[in-house]
Amino acid sequence: MTLHMKILAGVVRHIILLTTGSLVLAPFIWMVSLSLKPPAELFSSSFTLLPEHWFAVENYTKALTAAPLPRFMLNGVIVCAAILLLQIIICAPAAYALAKIRFAGREVIFGMVLIGLLIPHQVLALPLLILCYWLGILNTYAALIFPFVVSPFGIFLLRQFFTSIPDDIIHAARLDGLSELSIVWRIMLPMSLPAVIAFSIVSVVSHWNDLFWPLLVVQTQDFMPPSLGIVTFANAEAGNDYGPLMAGATLVVAPLVICFFAAQRWFIDGLTAGSVK
Amino acid sequence: MTSEQSATVDRQLRIDTGSAETLAGYALIGPALVLILVLFILPTGAVLAIAATDWHLGAKTLSFIGAANFTSLLADPAFRAALFNTAAYSLMVVPSTLVLGLSLALLIESGKTLRAFYRAIHFLPFMTSLAAMAIVWEMLLHPTIGLVNQVFAAVGLPTANWLRGESTVLPILAVIGTWQSLGLALVLFLAGLKAIPQDLYDAADIDGADGVLDRLRLVTLPSLAPVSLFVLIVVTLRAFAAFDIIQVLTRGGPGDASVMLLYALYRESFEYFRTGYGAAIAVVFLVIVIALATLQARVVNSRASHP
Repeated sequence: MTLHMKILAGVVRHIILLTTGSLVLAPFIWMVSLSLKPPAELFSSSFTLLPEHWFAVENYTKALTAAPLPRFMLNGVIVCAAILLLQIIICAPAAYALAKIRFAGREVIFGMVLIGLLIPHQVLALPLLILCYWLGILNTYAALIFPFVVSPFGIFLLRQFFTSIPDDIIHAARLDGLSELSIVWRIMLPMSLPAVIAFSIVSVVSHWNDLFWPLLVVQTQDFMPPSLGIVTFANAEAGNDYGPLMAGATLVVAPLVICFFAAQRWFIDGLTAGSVK
Repeated sequence: MTSEQSATVDRQLRIDTGSAETLAGYALIGPALVLILVLFILPTGAVLAIAATDWHLGAKTLSFIGAANFTSLLADPAFRAALFNTAAYSLMVVPSTLVLGLSLALLIESGKTLRAFYRAIHFLPFMTSLAAMAIVWEMLLHPTIGLVNQVFAAVGLPTANWLRGESTVLPILAVIGTWQSLGLALVLFLAGLKAIPQDLYDAADIDGADGVLDRLRLVTLPSLAPVSLFVLIVVTLRAFAAFDIIQVLTRGGPGDASVMLLYALYRESFEYFRTGYGAAIAVVFLVIVIALATLQARVVNSRASHP
Protein backbone atom coordinates (compact mmCIF):
# COMPACT_ATOMS: atom_id res chain seq x y z
CA MET A 1 0.00 0.00 0.00
CA THR A 2 1.28 3.43 -0.82
CA LEU A 3 1.51 6.09 1.83
CA HIS A 4 -1.39 8.03 0.32
CA MET A 5 -3.66 5.03 0.38
CA LYS A 6 -2.74 4.35 4.00
CA ILE A 7 -3.65 7.88 5.01
CA LEU A 8 -6.87 7.67 3.03
CA ALA A 9 -7.78 4.32 4.63
CA GLY A 10 -7.13 5.84 8.06
CA VAL A 11 -9.39 8.80 7.34
CA VAL A 12 -12.17 6.56 6.02
CA ARG A 13 -11.85 4.37 9.14
CA HIS A 14 -12.34 7.36 11.42
CA ILE A 15 -15.24 8.73 9.39
CA ILE A 16 -17.14 5.43 9.49
CA LEU A 17 -16.44 4.72 13.15
CA LEU A 18 -17.35 8.25 14.21
CA THR A 19 -20.62 7.94 12.27
CA THR A 20 -21.60 4.57 13.75
CA GLY A 21 -20.39 5.76 17.15
CA SER A 22 -22.63 8.83 16.98
CA LEU A 23 -25.59 6.68 15.94
CA VAL A 24 -24.98 4.36 18.89
CA LEU A 25 -24.64 7.33 21.24
CA ALA A 26 -27.62 9.21 19.74
CA PRO A 27 -30.13 8.01 22.37
CA PHE A 28 -27.81 9.13 25.16
CA ILE A 29 -27.17 12.51 23.56
CA TRP A 30 -30.90 13.00 22.86
CA MET A 31 -31.72 12.06 26.46
CA VAL A 32 -29.32 14.60 27.94
CA SER A 33 -30.34 17.23 25.37
CA LEU A 34 -34.06 16.94 26.21
CA SER A 35 -33.30 16.98 29.93
CA LEU A 36 -31.90 20.51 29.49
CA LYS A 37 -34.82 21.97 27.53
CA PRO A 38 -38.05 23.73 28.57
CA PRO A 39 -41.35 22.11 27.41
CA ALA A 40 -41.91 24.65 24.65
CA GLU A 41 -38.67 23.74 22.92
CA LEU A 42 -39.43 20.01 22.96
CA PHE A 43 -42.34 20.58 20.65
CA SER A 44 -40.60 22.91 18.23
CA SER A 45 -39.91 21.26 14.92
CA SER A 46 -36.34 22.47 14.59
CA PHE A 47 -33.86 20.20 16.27
CA THR A 48 -31.05 21.71 18.29
CA LEU A 49 -28.65 19.94 20.58
CA LEU A 50 -28.51 22.68 23.19
CA PRO A 51 -31.53 24.59 24.50
CA GLU A 52 -32.22 28.25 23.69
CA HIS A 53 -33.41 28.72 27.24
CA TRP A 54 -31.68 26.50 29.75
CA PHE A 55 -34.15 24.54 31.80
CA ALA A 56 -31.79 22.02 33.38
CA VAL A 57 -32.24 23.17 36.96
CA GLU A 58 -36.04 23.02 36.70
CA ASN A 59 -36.07 19.59 35.03
CA TYR A 60 -33.58 17.96 37.38
CA THR A 61 -35.21 19.52 40.44
CA LYS A 62 -38.56 18.18 39.34
CA ALA A 63 -37.10 14.74 38.61
CA LEU A 64 -35.62 14.66 42.09
CA THR A 65 -38.71 15.92 43.89
CA ALA A 66 -41.83 14.95 41.88
CA ALA A 67 -40.81 11.28 41.85
CA PRO A 68 -38.93 9.64 44.69
CA LEU A 69 -35.89 9.36 42.44
CA PRO A 70 -33.33 9.72 45.26
CA ARG A 71 -35.23 6.91 46.99
CA PHE A 72 -34.94 4.68 43.87
CA MET A 73 -31.22 5.34 43.65
CA LEU A 74 -30.74 4.66 47.36
CA ASN A 75 -32.75 1.43 46.99
CA GLY A 76 -30.49 0.49 44.09
CA VAL A 77 -27.39 1.06 46.19
CA ILE A 78 -28.78 -0.88 49.16
CA VAL A 79 -29.98 -3.82 47.08
CA CYS A 80 -26.87 -4.06 44.87
CA ALA A 81 -24.51 -3.75 47.84
CA ALA A 82 -26.37 -6.33 49.91
CA ILE A 83 -26.55 -8.79 47.02
CA LEU A 84 -22.86 -8.43 46.17
CA LEU A 85 -21.71 -8.70 49.77
CA LEU A 86 -23.77 -11.82 50.45
CA GLN A 87 -22.77 -13.37 47.13
CA ILE A 88 -19.08 -13.01 47.95
CA ILE A 89 -19.52 -14.24 51.55
CA ILE A 90 -21.39 -17.32 50.33
CA CYS A 91 -19.65 -18.04 47.02
CA ALA A 92 -15.98 -17.60 47.96
CA PRO A 93 -15.81 -20.43 50.53
CA ALA A 94 -17.82 -22.65 48.18
CA ALA A 95 -15.46 -21.88 45.30
CA TYR A 96 -12.48 -22.63 47.55
CA ALA A 97 -13.95 -25.97 48.58
CA LEU A 98 -14.59 -26.89 44.94
CA ALA A 99 -11.11 -25.79 43.85
CA LYS A 100 -8.85 -26.97 46.64
CA ILE A 101 -10.51 -29.47 48.95
CA ARG A 102 -11.12 -33.09 48.10
CA PHE A 103 -14.35 -34.44 49.49
CA ALA A 104 -16.98 -36.96 48.51
CA GLY A 105 -19.73 -35.49 46.37
CA ARG A 106 -17.65 -32.59 45.07
CA GLU A 107 -18.32 -33.41 41.42
CA VAL A 108 -22.05 -33.71 42.04
CA ILE A 109 -22.13 -30.32 43.74
CA PHE A 110 -20.12 -28.75 40.95
CA GLY A 111 -22.63 -30.27 38.52
CA MET A 112 -25.40 -28.47 40.40
CA VAL A 113 -23.48 -25.19 40.12
CA LEU A 114 -23.28 -25.72 36.35
CA ILE A 115 -27.02 -26.43 36.19
CA GLY A 116 -27.66 -23.24 38.15
CA LEU A 117 -25.46 -21.39 35.69
CA LEU A 118 -27.56 -22.63 32.81
CA ILE A 119 -31.06 -21.85 34.09
CA PRO A 120 -32.33 -18.38 33.17
CA HIS A 121 -33.67 -16.53 36.14
CA GLN A 122 -37.03 -15.81 34.51
CA VAL A 123 -37.83 -19.53 34.43
CA LEU A 124 -37.52 -19.68 38.21
CA ALA A 125 -39.48 -16.49 38.85
CA LEU A 126 -42.77 -18.20 39.66
CA PRO A 127 -41.58 -20.65 42.34
CA LEU A 128 -39.31 -17.97 43.79
CA LEU A 129 -42.24 -15.57 44.00
CA ILE A 130 -44.24 -18.19 45.88
CA LEU A 131 -41.26 -18.81 48.15
CA CYS A 132 -41.01 -15.09 48.93
CA TYR A 133 -44.75 -15.08 49.65
CA TRP A 134 -44.39 -18.00 52.08
CA LEU A 135 -41.51 -16.25 53.78
CA GLY A 136 -43.67 -13.13 54.04
CA ILE A 137 -41.02 -10.94 52.44
CA LEU A 138 -42.90 -9.68 49.36
CA ASN A 139 -42.56 -5.93 48.92
CA THR A 140 -39.44 -5.66 51.07
CA TYR A 141 -35.71 -5.36 50.34
CA ALA A 142 -35.41 -9.02 51.34
CA ALA A 143 -37.48 -10.11 48.32
CA LEU A 144 -35.17 -8.16 46.01
CA ILE A 145 -32.05 -9.61 47.60
CA PHE A 146 -32.78 -13.17 48.73
CA PRO A 147 -33.12 -14.99 45.35
CA PHE A 148 -29.68 -13.72 44.31
CA VAL A 149 -27.57 -14.34 47.43
CA VAL A 150 -25.91 -17.32 45.80
CA SER A 151 -24.50 -16.86 42.32
CA PRO A 152 -23.52 -19.97 40.33
CA PHE A 153 -21.56 -17.66 38.03
CA GLY A 154 -19.69 -16.25 41.03
CA ILE A 155 -18.80 -19.73 42.30
CA PHE A 156 -17.75 -20.80 38.81
CA LEU A 157 -15.57 -17.76 38.15
CA LEU A 158 -13.87 -17.76 41.56
CA ARG A 159 -13.30 -21.50 41.42
CA GLN A 160 -11.46 -21.05 38.12
CA PHE A 161 -9.17 -18.45 39.68
CA PHE A 162 -8.67 -20.35 42.93
CA THR A 163 -7.67 -23.49 41.01
CA SER A 164 -4.74 -21.65 39.48
CA ILE A 165 -3.33 -20.59 42.86
CA PRO A 166 -0.50 -23.01 43.84
CA ASP A 167 -1.26 -25.51 46.62
CA ASP A 168 2.05 -24.65 48.30
CA ILE A 169 0.69 -21.28 49.30
CA ILE A 170 -2.25 -22.94 51.01
CA HIS A 171 0.03 -25.43 52.76
CA ALA A 172 2.24 -22.63 54.03
CA ALA A 173 -0.84 -20.83 55.35
CA ARG A 174 -1.99 -23.98 57.15
CA LEU A 175 1.47 -24.33 58.69
CA ASP A 176 1.10 -20.77 59.91
CA GLY A 177 -2.05 -21.90 61.66
CA LEU A 178 -4.62 -20.18 59.45
CA SER A 179 -8.08 -21.72 59.46
CA GLU A 180 -9.65 -22.78 56.18
CA LEU A 181 -11.99 -19.80 56.29
CA SER A 182 -9.19 -17.33 56.89
CA ILE A 183 -7.31 -18.87 53.97
CA VAL A 184 -10.31 -17.92 51.82
CA TRP A 185 -10.50 -14.33 53.07
CA ARG A 186 -6.84 -13.53 53.58
CA ILE A 187 -5.20 -15.43 50.74
CA MET A 188 -7.54 -16.70 48.03
CA LEU A 189 -9.71 -13.59 47.59
CA PRO A 190 -6.89 -11.00 47.65
CA MET A 191 -4.96 -13.13 45.14
CA SER A 192 -8.00 -13.31 42.86
CA LEU A 193 -8.77 -9.61 42.82
CA PRO A 194 -9.33 -9.46 39.03
CA ALA A 195 -12.01 -12.15 39.28
CA VAL A 196 -13.61 -10.44 42.28
CA ILE A 197 -13.74 -7.12 40.43
CA ALA A 198 -15.11 -8.70 37.25
CA PHE A 199 -17.77 -10.52 39.22
CA SER A 200 -18.68 -7.39 41.20
CA ILE A 201 -19.23 -5.45 37.99
CA VAL A 202 -21.43 -8.17 36.50
CA SER A 203 -23.44 -8.41 39.71
CA VAL A 204 -23.97 -4.68 40.28
CA VAL A 205 -24.70 -3.88 36.63
CA SER A 206 -27.25 -6.67 36.25
CA HIS A 207 -29.12 -5.86 39.46
CA TRP A 208 -29.07 -2.09 38.98
CA ASN A 209 -30.57 -2.66 35.52
CA ASP A 210 -32.93 -5.53 36.34
CA LEU A 211 -36.60 -4.93 35.63
CA PHE A 212 -38.18 -8.41 35.54
CA TRP A 213 -37.78 -9.53 39.15
CA PRO A 214 -38.46 -6.15 40.87
CA LEU A 215 -41.61 -5.86 38.75
CA LEU A 216 -42.91 -9.08 40.34
CA VAL A 217 -42.07 -8.55 43.99
CA VAL A 218 -42.24 -4.81 44.64
CA GLN A 219 -45.42 -2.75 44.53
CA THR A 220 -44.62 0.37 46.50
CA GLN A 221 -42.16 3.03 45.48
CA ASP A 222 -40.39 2.76 48.84
CA PHE A 223 -38.52 -0.34 47.68
CA MET A 224 -38.28 0.14 43.92
CA PRO A 225 -34.78 -0.11 42.45
CA PRO A 226 -33.82 2.47 39.77
CA SER A 227 -34.96 0.67 36.61
CA LEU A 228 -38.41 -0.18 37.92
CA GLY A 229 -38.63 3.24 39.53
CA ILE A 230 -37.98 5.17 36.34
CA VAL A 231 -40.47 2.99 34.40
CA THR A 232 -43.10 3.65 37.05
CA PHE A 233 -42.27 7.36 36.89
CA ALA A 234 -42.76 7.23 33.10
CA ASN A 235 -46.14 5.50 33.44
CA ALA A 236 -47.38 7.90 36.11
CA GLU A 237 -48.72 11.38 35.39
CA ALA A 238 -45.14 12.58 34.93
CA GLY A 239 -45.08 10.50 31.75
CA ASN A 240 -45.92 13.43 29.51
CA ASP A 241 -43.57 15.77 31.29
CA TYR A 242 -40.67 14.82 29.06
CA GLY A 243 -37.98 17.16 30.39
CA PRO A 244 -38.06 15.83 33.97
CA LEU A 245 -38.53 12.29 32.66
CA MET A 246 -35.35 12.53 30.59
CA ALA A 247 -33.58 14.12 33.55
CA GLY A 248 -34.67 11.13 35.64
CA ALA A 249 -33.46 8.65 33.02
CA THR A 250 -30.13 10.49 32.88
CA LEU A 251 -29.76 10.23 36.65
CA VAL A 252 -30.57 6.50 36.63
CA VAL A 253 -28.07 5.76 33.86
CA ALA A 254 -25.32 8.16 34.97
CA PRO A 255 -23.70 6.31 37.92
CA LEU A 256 -22.83 3.20 35.90
CA VAL A 257 -21.83 5.20 32.81
CA ILE A 258 -19.42 7.25 34.92
CA CYS A 259 -17.96 4.09 36.46
CA PHE A 260 -17.73 2.57 32.99
CA PHE A 261 -15.63 5.40 31.58
CA ALA A 262 -13.46 5.37 34.71
CA ALA A 263 -12.73 1.64 34.41
CA GLN A 264 -13.57 0.72 30.81
CA ARG A 265 -11.32 -2.27 30.48
CA TRP A 266 -12.63 -3.89 33.70
CA PHE A 267 -16.22 -3.34 32.65
CA ILE A 268 -15.81 -4.69 29.16
CA ASP A 269 -13.84 -7.78 30.19
CA GLY A 270 -16.07 -8.49 33.18
CA LEU A 271 -19.40 -8.05 31.41
CA THR A 272 -18.24 -10.06 28.41
CA ALA A 273 -17.25 -12.93 30.69
CA GLY A 274 -20.57 -12.58 32.51
CA SER A 275 -22.63 -12.81 29.36
CA VAL A 276 -20.91 -15.79 27.77
CA LYS A 277 -20.30 -17.75 31.02
CA MET B 1 10.89 -26.84 49.21
CA THR B 2 11.58 -29.89 47.05
CA SER B 3 8.64 -31.75 45.65
CA GLU B 4 9.38 -34.70 47.94
CA GLN B 5 9.34 -32.53 51.03
CA SER B 6 6.24 -30.81 49.81
CA ALA B 7 4.54 -34.15 49.33
CA THR B 8 5.36 -35.10 52.92
CA VAL B 9 4.05 -31.83 54.24
CA ASP B 10 1.11 -32.30 51.94
CA ARG B 11 0.28 -35.57 53.62
CA GLN B 12 0.64 -34.03 57.05
CA LEU B 13 -1.52 -31.15 55.98
CA ARG B 14 -4.26 -33.17 54.33
CA ILE B 15 -5.98 -31.92 57.44
CA ASP B 16 -5.10 -35.22 59.16
CA THR B 17 -7.53 -37.62 57.54
CA GLY B 18 -9.83 -37.80 54.57
CA SER B 19 -12.94 -37.54 56.68
CA ALA B 20 -11.76 -34.33 58.32
CA GLU B 21 -11.17 -32.89 54.87
CA THR B 22 -14.66 -33.93 53.79
CA LEU B 23 -16.02 -32.21 56.87
CA ALA B 24 -14.11 -29.01 56.04
CA GLY B 25 -15.33 -29.19 52.46
CA TYR B 26 -18.96 -29.44 53.48
CA ALA B 27 -18.62 -26.73 56.11
CA LEU B 28 -17.28 -24.34 53.46
CA ILE B 29 -19.71 -25.24 50.73
CA GLY B 30 -22.72 -25.90 52.98
CA PRO B 31 -24.43 -22.50 52.83
CA ALA B 32 -23.97 -22.24 49.06
CA LEU B 33 -25.17 -25.80 48.55
CA VAL B 34 -28.35 -25.28 50.57
CA LEU B 35 -29.08 -22.02 48.74
CA ILE B 36 -28.45 -23.55 45.30
CA LEU B 37 -30.90 -26.31 46.18
CA VAL B 38 -33.51 -23.87 47.50
CA LEU B 39 -33.09 -21.15 44.87
CA PHE B 40 -32.24 -23.14 41.73
CA ILE B 41 -32.69 -26.89 41.80
CA LEU B 42 -35.98 -27.18 43.71
CA PRO B 43 -37.63 -24.26 41.87
CA THR B 44 -36.73 -25.89 38.55
CA GLY B 45 -38.46 -29.06 39.73
CA ALA B 46 -41.39 -26.94 40.91
CA VAL B 47 -41.78 -25.28 37.50
CA LEU B 48 -41.81 -28.68 35.78
CA ALA B 49 -44.43 -29.91 38.27
CA ILE B 50 -46.63 -26.80 38.08
CA ALA B 51 -46.54 -26.99 34.28
CA ALA B 52 -48.43 -30.27 34.55
CA THR B 53 -51.30 -28.74 36.55
CA ASP B 54 -54.17 -26.34 35.93
CA TRP B 55 -53.22 -24.19 38.94
CA HIS B 56 -54.21 -20.53 39.09
CA LEU B 57 -52.05 -18.38 41.36
CA GLY B 58 -53.77 -18.14 44.74
CA ALA B 59 -56.26 -20.95 44.08
CA LYS B 60 -56.66 -23.50 46.87
CA THR B 61 -57.10 -26.46 44.58
CA LEU B 62 -55.38 -27.76 41.50
CA SER B 63 -55.46 -30.91 39.47
CA PHE B 64 -52.88 -32.79 37.51
CA ILE B 65 -53.55 -32.45 33.82
CA GLY B 66 -50.40 -33.98 32.34
CA ALA B 67 -49.31 -32.47 29.05
CA ALA B 68 -52.60 -30.64 28.49
CA ASN B 69 -50.99 -27.21 29.03
CA PHE B 70 -48.50 -27.97 26.28
CA THR B 71 -51.15 -29.11 23.81
CA SER B 72 -53.22 -26.00 24.49
CA LEU B 73 -50.08 -23.89 24.08
CA LEU B 74 -49.66 -25.26 20.58
CA ALA B 75 -53.27 -24.39 19.75
CA ASP B 76 -53.18 -20.96 21.39
CA PRO B 77 -52.92 -18.16 18.80
CA ALA B 78 -51.34 -15.81 21.37
CA PHE B 79 -48.58 -18.32 22.16
CA ARG B 80 -48.03 -19.07 18.49
CA ALA B 81 -47.71 -15.33 17.94
CA ALA B 82 -45.18 -15.19 20.78
CA LEU B 83 -43.10 -17.99 19.24
CA PHE B 84 -43.35 -16.49 15.77
CA ASN B 85 -42.48 -12.97 16.99
CA THR B 86 -39.54 -14.23 19.03
CA ALA B 87 -38.20 -16.09 16.00
CA ALA B 88 -38.79 -13.14 13.66
CA TYR B 89 -37.21 -10.71 16.12
CA SER B 90 -34.19 -12.99 16.56
CA LEU B 91 -33.85 -13.44 12.79
CA MET B 92 -33.55 -9.67 12.49
CA VAL B 93 -31.39 -8.98 15.57
CA VAL B 94 -28.90 -11.82 15.23
CA PRO B 95 -27.68 -11.32 11.63
CA SER B 96 -27.54 -7.53 11.96
CA THR B 97 -25.67 -7.76 15.27
CA LEU B 98 -23.21 -10.24 13.79
CA VAL B 99 -22.58 -8.35 10.56
CA LEU B 100 -22.28 -4.96 12.26
CA GLY B 101 -20.23 -6.35 15.15
CA LEU B 102 -17.78 -8.07 12.80
CA SER B 103 -17.49 -5.10 10.42
CA LEU B 104 -16.87 -2.68 13.26
CA ALA B 105 -14.35 -5.03 14.87
CA LEU B 106 -12.42 -5.31 11.58
CA LEU B 107 -12.54 -1.56 11.13
CA ILE B 108 -11.36 -0.82 14.67
CA GLU B 109 -8.54 -3.40 14.39
CA SER B 110 -7.45 -2.04 10.98
CA GLY B 111 -5.93 1.08 12.54
CA LYS B 112 -3.90 1.81 15.63
CA THR B 113 -5.50 5.05 16.83
CA LEU B 114 -8.47 5.49 19.18
CA ARG B 115 -9.13 1.74 19.42
CA ALA B 116 -10.19 1.83 23.09
CA PHE B 117 -12.35 4.89 22.51
CA TYR B 118 -14.33 3.35 19.64
CA ARG B 119 -14.70 0.09 21.51
CA ALA B 120 -16.03 1.90 24.57
CA ILE B 121 -18.64 4.05 22.83
CA HIS B 122 -20.02 1.11 20.86
CA PHE B 123 -20.12 -0.98 24.04
CA LEU B 124 -21.96 1.61 26.14
CA PRO B 125 -25.58 0.52 25.42
CA PHE B 126 -24.77 -3.02 26.53
CA MET B 127 -24.20 -1.94 30.12
CA THR B 128 -26.84 0.72 30.62
CA SER B 129 -30.33 0.11 32.02
CA LEU B 130 -32.40 -1.04 29.04
CA ALA B 131 -35.56 -0.07 30.92
CA ALA B 132 -34.37 3.54 31.27
CA MET B 133 -33.07 3.68 27.72
CA ALA B 134 -36.33 2.21 26.39
CA ILE B 135 -38.03 5.34 27.74
CA VAL B 136 -35.55 7.40 25.74
CA TRP B 137 -36.22 5.28 22.64
CA GLU B 138 -39.91 5.99 23.08
CA MET B 139 -39.07 9.69 22.85
CA LEU B 140 -36.84 9.14 19.82
CA LEU B 141 -39.68 7.29 18.11
CA HIS B 142 -42.41 9.70 19.22
CA PRO B 143 -44.67 10.23 16.17
CA THR B 144 -44.60 14.04 16.27
CA ILE B 145 -41.67 15.28 18.36
CA GLY B 146 -39.37 12.25 17.99
CA LEU B 147 -35.94 12.72 16.46
CA VAL B 148 -36.40 9.76 14.09
CA ASN B 149 -39.48 11.17 12.39
CA GLN B 150 -37.98 14.68 12.33
CA VAL B 151 -34.86 13.43 10.56
CA PHE B 152 -36.81 11.14 8.23
CA ALA B 153 -39.16 13.98 7.27
CA ALA B 154 -36.24 16.34 6.67
CA VAL B 155 -34.55 13.96 4.23
CA GLY B 156 -37.81 12.90 2.59
CA LEU B 157 -38.13 9.39 4.05
CA PRO B 158 -41.54 8.08 5.15
CA THR B 159 -42.46 8.70 8.79
CA ALA B 160 -44.57 6.40 10.95
CA ASN B 161 -45.89 5.75 14.41
CA TRP B 162 -43.25 3.08 14.66
CA LEU B 163 -44.23 1.39 17.92
CA ARG B 164 -47.96 1.35 17.16
CA GLY B 165 -47.84 -0.11 13.65
CA GLU B 166 -48.31 -3.87 13.27
CA SER B 167 -45.70 -4.08 10.54
CA THR B 168 -43.17 -1.66 12.03
CA VAL B 169 -43.15 -2.69 15.68
CA LEU B 170 -40.98 -5.82 15.41
CA PRO B 171 -38.37 -4.29 13.08
CA ILE B 172 -38.06 -1.24 15.33
CA LEU B 173 -37.70 -3.43 18.45
CA ALA B 174 -35.03 -5.35 16.50
CA VAL B 175 -33.19 -2.07 15.88
CA ILE B 176 -33.19 -1.41 19.63
CA GLY B 177 -32.13 -5.01 20.34
CA THR B 178 -29.28 -4.73 17.86
CA TRP B 179 -28.25 -1.38 19.31
CA GLN B 180 -27.99 -3.04 22.71
CA SER B 181 -26.20 -6.29 21.78
CA LEU B 182 -23.84 -4.81 19.20
CA GLY B 183 -21.16 -3.96 21.78
CA LEU B 184 -21.02 -7.52 23.08
CA ALA B 185 -20.57 -8.98 19.59
CA LEU B 186 -17.96 -6.33 18.82
CA VAL B 187 -15.89 -7.13 21.90
CA LEU B 188 -16.06 -10.89 21.27
CA PHE B 189 -14.97 -10.41 17.65
CA LEU B 190 -12.12 -8.12 18.72
CA ALA B 191 -10.90 -10.86 21.07
CA GLY B 192 -11.19 -13.35 18.21
CA LEU B 193 -9.16 -11.11 15.90
CA LYS B 194 -6.40 -10.74 18.49
CA ALA B 195 -6.16 -14.52 18.76
CA ILE B 196 -5.32 -15.03 15.06
CA PRO B 197 -1.61 -15.91 14.92
CA GLN B 198 0.57 -13.52 12.92
CA ASP B 199 2.15 -16.59 11.24
CA LEU B 200 -1.01 -17.12 9.22
CA TYR B 201 -0.76 -13.62 7.76
CA ASP B 202 2.96 -14.08 7.09
CA ALA B 203 2.27 -17.37 5.31
CA ALA B 204 -0.45 -15.75 3.21
CA ASP B 205 1.99 -12.96 2.43
CA ILE B 206 4.54 -15.43 1.10
CA ASP B 207 1.84 -17.10 -0.97
CA GLY B 208 1.21 -13.75 -2.60
CA ALA B 209 -2.01 -12.91 -0.79
CA ASP B 210 -0.91 -9.49 0.42
CA GLY B 211 -3.94 -7.36 -0.50
CA VAL B 212 -6.34 -6.31 2.24
CA LEU B 213 -9.22 -8.25 0.70
CA ASP B 214 -7.11 -11.36 0.06
CA ARG B 215 -5.95 -11.40 3.67
CA LEU B 216 -9.55 -10.96 4.82
CA ARG B 217 -10.88 -13.71 2.57
CA LEU B 218 -8.06 -16.22 3.05
CA VAL B 219 -7.00 -15.70 6.65
CA THR B 220 -9.19 -13.46 8.81
CA LEU B 221 -12.69 -14.70 8.03
CA PRO B 222 -11.89 -18.45 8.04
CA SER B 223 -10.02 -18.03 11.33
CA LEU B 224 -13.03 -16.24 12.82
CA ALA B 225 -15.52 -18.98 11.90
CA PRO B 226 -15.56 -20.64 15.35
CA VAL B 227 -15.78 -17.27 17.13
CA SER B 228 -18.64 -16.29 14.85
CA LEU B 229 -20.58 -19.42 15.71
CA PHE B 230 -20.01 -18.68 19.37
CA VAL B 231 -21.17 -15.05 19.02
CA LEU B 232 -24.17 -16.28 17.03
CA ILE B 233 -25.32 -18.46 19.92
CA VAL B 234 -24.66 -15.87 22.63
CA VAL B 235 -26.58 -13.18 20.73
CA THR B 236 -29.42 -15.60 19.92
CA LEU B 237 -29.75 -16.44 23.63
CA ARG B 238 -30.03 -12.73 24.39
CA ALA B 239 -32.56 -12.15 21.62
CA PHE B 240 -34.75 -14.99 22.90
CA ALA B 241 -34.72 -13.43 26.37
CA ALA B 242 -35.99 -10.00 25.22
CA PHE B 243 -38.35 -8.58 27.82
CA ASP B 244 -37.61 -5.06 29.05
CA ILE B 245 -38.22 -3.28 25.74
CA ILE B 246 -41.56 -5.03 25.29
CA GLN B 247 -42.71 -4.34 28.83
CA VAL B 248 -41.76 -0.67 28.62
CA LEU B 249 -42.55 0.14 24.98
CA THR B 250 -45.35 -2.04 23.63
CA ARG B 251 -46.80 -4.44 26.24
CA GLY B 252 -46.95 -6.91 23.39
CA GLY B 253 -49.06 -4.61 21.21
CA PRO B 254 -50.51 -3.55 18.90
CA GLY B 255 -52.73 -6.61 19.27
CA ASP B 256 -50.24 -9.41 19.84
CA ALA B 257 -47.83 -8.09 17.21
CA SER B 258 -44.87 -7.83 19.62
CA VAL B 259 -45.62 -10.49 22.23
CA MET B 260 -42.48 -12.59 22.74
CA LEU B 261 -41.74 -15.65 24.85
CA LEU B 262 -40.74 -14.02 28.12
CA TYR B 263 -43.48 -11.43 27.86
CA ALA B 264 -46.03 -14.22 27.28
CA LEU B 265 -44.61 -16.02 30.31
CA TYR B 266 -44.92 -12.85 32.39
CA ARG B 267 -48.45 -12.08 31.19
CA GLU B 268 -49.86 -15.57 31.72
CA SER B 269 -48.18 -16.17 35.08
CA PHE B 270 -48.37 -12.79 36.74
CA GLU B 271 -51.12 -10.80 35.04
CA TYR B 272 -53.66 -13.46 34.10
CA PHE B 273 -52.56 -15.72 37.00
CA ARG B 274 -52.84 -18.79 34.76
CA THR B 275 -49.93 -20.21 36.65
CA GLY B 276 -49.86 -23.74 35.25
CA TYR B 277 -50.03 -22.37 31.75
CA GLY B 278 -47.32 -19.80 32.45
CA ALA B 279 -45.10 -22.54 33.88
CA ALA B 280 -45.53 -24.48 30.65
CA ILE B 281 -44.22 -21.45 28.74
CA ALA B 282 -41.30 -21.32 31.18
CA VAL B 283 -40.53 -24.96 30.36
CA VAL B 284 -40.58 -24.23 26.62
CA PHE B 285 -38.23 -21.31 27.20
CA LEU B 286 -35.94 -23.46 29.35
CA VAL B 287 -35.76 -26.17 26.68
CA ILE B 288 -34.77 -23.61 24.03
CA VAL B 289 -32.11 -22.10 26.29
CA ILE B 290 -30.66 -25.50 27.19
CA ALA B 291 -30.54 -26.51 23.52
CA LEU B 292 -28.65 -23.33 22.63
CA ALA B 293 -26.32 -23.66 25.62
CA THR B 294 -25.51 -27.27 24.73
CA LEU B 295 -24.65 -26.12 21.24
CA GLN B 296 -22.48 -23.39 22.77
CA ALA B 297 -20.62 -25.91 24.96
CA ARG B 298 -19.93 -28.03 21.86
CA VAL B 299 -18.55 -25.04 20.00
CA VAL B 300 -16.28 -24.17 22.93
CA ASN B 301 -15.07 -27.77 23.22
CA SER B 302 -14.38 -28.13 19.51
CA ARG B 303 -12.44 -24.87 19.65
CA ALA B 304 -10.43 -26.21 22.55
CA SER B 305 -9.58 -29.48 20.78
CA HIS B 306 -8.82 -27.98 17.35
CA PRO B 307 -7.02 -24.73 18.06
